[in-house]
Amino acid sequence: MNKISLIILREYLTRVKKKTFLIMSVVGPLLFATLMIAPAWLAQMEDTEEKLIAIIDSSKLFHNTIPETKYLKFDYLDKPNFNTLNTLKKNFDQTDYYAVLYISHIIANKPSVVQLYSNKQPSLAVKMHIANALEKEIERGKLKAYDIEDLDRILESIKTDISIQTIKWTEDGKEKESSVEIAMIVGYLSGFLIYFFIFLFGAQVMRGVIEEKTSRIVEVIISSVKPFQLMMGKIIGIAMVGLTQFLLWIVLTAGIVTIAKTAFFPDLSMKTEQMAPETVLSPGGSTLAPNQPASDQEFDKIKQIFSSISSINFGVMFLSFLFYFLGGFLLYGSLFAAVGSAVDSEADTQQFMLPITIPLILAIVVMMNAIQNPEGAIAFWFSIIPFTSPIVMMVRIPFGVPYWEITLSIILLILTFIFTTWLAAKIYKTGILMYGKKSSYKEIGKWLRYRN
Amino acid sequence: MEFFSVHNINKTFINHQALTDVSITVNKGSIFGLLGPNGAGKTTLIRIINQITAPDSGEILFEGRKLKADDIFQIGYLPEERGLYKKMKVGEQAIYLARLKGLSKTDALKQLKYWFEKFEIQPWWNKKIEELSKGMQQKIQFIITILHEPKLLIFDEPFSGFDPINTNLIKQEILNLREKGATVIFSTHNMGSVEELCDDIALVNNSKKILDGSIDEIRNTYKTNTYEIEYKSTYDFNKDSLKDFEVLDNYMKNGNSYLKVKLNDTQNTNQLISNLVTQVDIKSFNEIIPNMNDIFIKVVEETNE
Repeated sequence: MNKISLIILREYLTRVKKKTFLIMSVVGPLLFATLMIAPAWLAQMEDTEEKLIAIIDSSKLFHNTIPETKYLKFDYLDKPNFNTLNTLKKNFDQTDYYAVLYISHIIANKPSVVQLYSNKQPSLAVKMHIANALEKEIERGKLKAYDIEDLDRILESIKTDISIQTIKWTEDGKEKESSVEIAMIVGYLSGFLIYFFIFLFGAQVMRGVIEEKTSRIVEVIISSVKPFQLMMGKIIGIAMVGLTQFLLWIVLTAGIVTIAKTAFFPDLSMKTEQMAPETVLSPGGSTLAPNQPASDQEFDKIKQIFSSISSINFGVMFLSFLFYFLGGFLLYGSLFAAVGSAVDSEADTQQFMLPITIPLILAIVVMMNAIQNPEGAIAFWFSIIPFTSPIVMMVRIPFGVPYWEITLSIILLILTFIFTTWLAAKIYKTGILMYGKKSSYKEIGKWLRYRN
Repeated sequence: MEFFSVHNINKTFINHQALTDVSITVNKGSIFGLLGPNGAGKTTLIRIINQITAPDSGEILFEGRKLKADDIFQIGYLPEERGLYKKMKVGEQAIYLARLKGLSKTDALKQLKYWFEKFEIQPWWNKKIEELSKGMQQKIQFIITILHEPKLLIFDEPFSGFDPINTNLIKQEILNLREKGATVIFSTHNMGSVEELCDDIALVNNSKKILDGSIDEIRNTYKTNTYEIEYKSTYDFNKDSLKDFEVLDNYMKNGNSYLKVKLNDTQNTNQLISNLVTQVDIKSFNEIIPNMNDIFIKVVEETNE
């Protein structure tokens, strides 16, 4: 086995075997899965409780017209007048009612006189359900007043349902369905993950170099291998640790979500088996009536979300994530290594960290902007400039980026990391053998001029 | 027979000349002492030999040919600033470092087994380095240095951190390695061990080599024709009999009397003895050969003036 792979292996194994790595690998996916599952689960928890709503219908127009669902039942009271409401108000705690719906007799002329009384905050889904039913009924009544023959048949025949799909024209003339919201979420997540990984694992490179320096093993090692091999071995080994962590997170999160989905939403998961886990959150409507066949509209919505998710090319996303993570990590990792080599302890790193943190934080700031406006000039330039491109470009890719821009940014990133690695290696070579010397930017400038 | 040599090495760091035209020759199977005060350039020279840094000019010959990158497998280096991964286990770490020196895993294990048994330290195998005392760590470090059976061994202050018993053990091992054919370059400030171990030395000061040669030669060169006579003065000692000689000292110690006499170029020891035998009862008569410590101080101070 050649020496650099020995170094990579050691750097990789010592870190992967650490307890903290194991904990991170488990806690991360648990956290992600909870974030995905919890809201849907909570929403469903509420809805599985059977709700009985008393209806005081002064207008007498709506008897038995509001459709019931498995968890939502209606009780049309016999004496629909204001006194009944007052009595109910007094004795509400003794009744089984979830809420009381009061419909005024002037509803047809003044649609804002419907009131829903309850001692809890009625859910939006319940409100929407009632409002929709009443609207439909009033519209039907009004149409009826025109006395049109075959009204029901005509109505059926003119029934249309418009939902706007956003379709993107790609360069090669193909059409792609897209959803801005989902592209935003995916972009934001990947951009932030890269930022997080560069910082987290970059700092590990730096600490590793400091450890070798303070434990004085470094001179022992570089009498067997070139300093450059030691530095690159460390950076690549730690990059692999990062990738392993990332893959573990994806696999475990997907696993936990699937298991949780079947455990918490047995009905839903049958219906939406083929969907990506995050869509569990989206079709709020379908959780309201899980046992009834979802209406066409709901199915369309689900299908649409699903097709927008699949419009994001996850293969491309995955490959570009790998590339930008590695490229960004090699670029910054070597700088982190150089900083580590220039100091004697972690406390001294502060002054040299600024050139690393500023572009990274700038990238995060630009990322926020790029999410709003992925085609804008700022997003474009910062996704080309190599120091910010790994983060900013990852945000833009879910929205679709012309190939030439990606190619340009990739080439620039590669050239830059070759340059920073070369530069860092020069600092590193000299720095690791400088013990107990307070280094400054001026001193490091001198090291760059050394001929080793 | 020459085994290793450097010729006219120069090395400059920004506004600091670390080595100026330094040449040394190390014979096969010898122990070569590289001496000099702090900051003289020894470590730079050792790093150049280990190809950690490159010289600005000059040539390095290893077994008569130019030093190649691969030759680092033939060199074992124990740096002055040394240490091990604190959190890593002893055995694991030793195998790792041996493999970096080109040993296969099985060879490394075999060698380690031998040395761990020899030093009786098998129980340390699964301990982390940080659990060991400094002396124990140094022992591990020594084993790691010699594990790949290098032809050239470079020890920079090998005895620091060792108690006298372990110092002796390591000394013995260095001599054993020499017996087996290894050549040793040995850098230290401890002149006692230089006299004890080294065959040849080179003394470096202010980036220049100021003295080299075999220990015996050097000590003979620096001797001042001075003799020490231990005697018993049972009867009266007439100092006039020595008026032709330069008496440096005459003192009593532990009930014995001593006399230090420096001869000039025209005098010889027989003249001194014949002058003394009539006066005192001579118990011993020795030539004072300067020790390396004196020579070191003398030469360095001379060149610093």
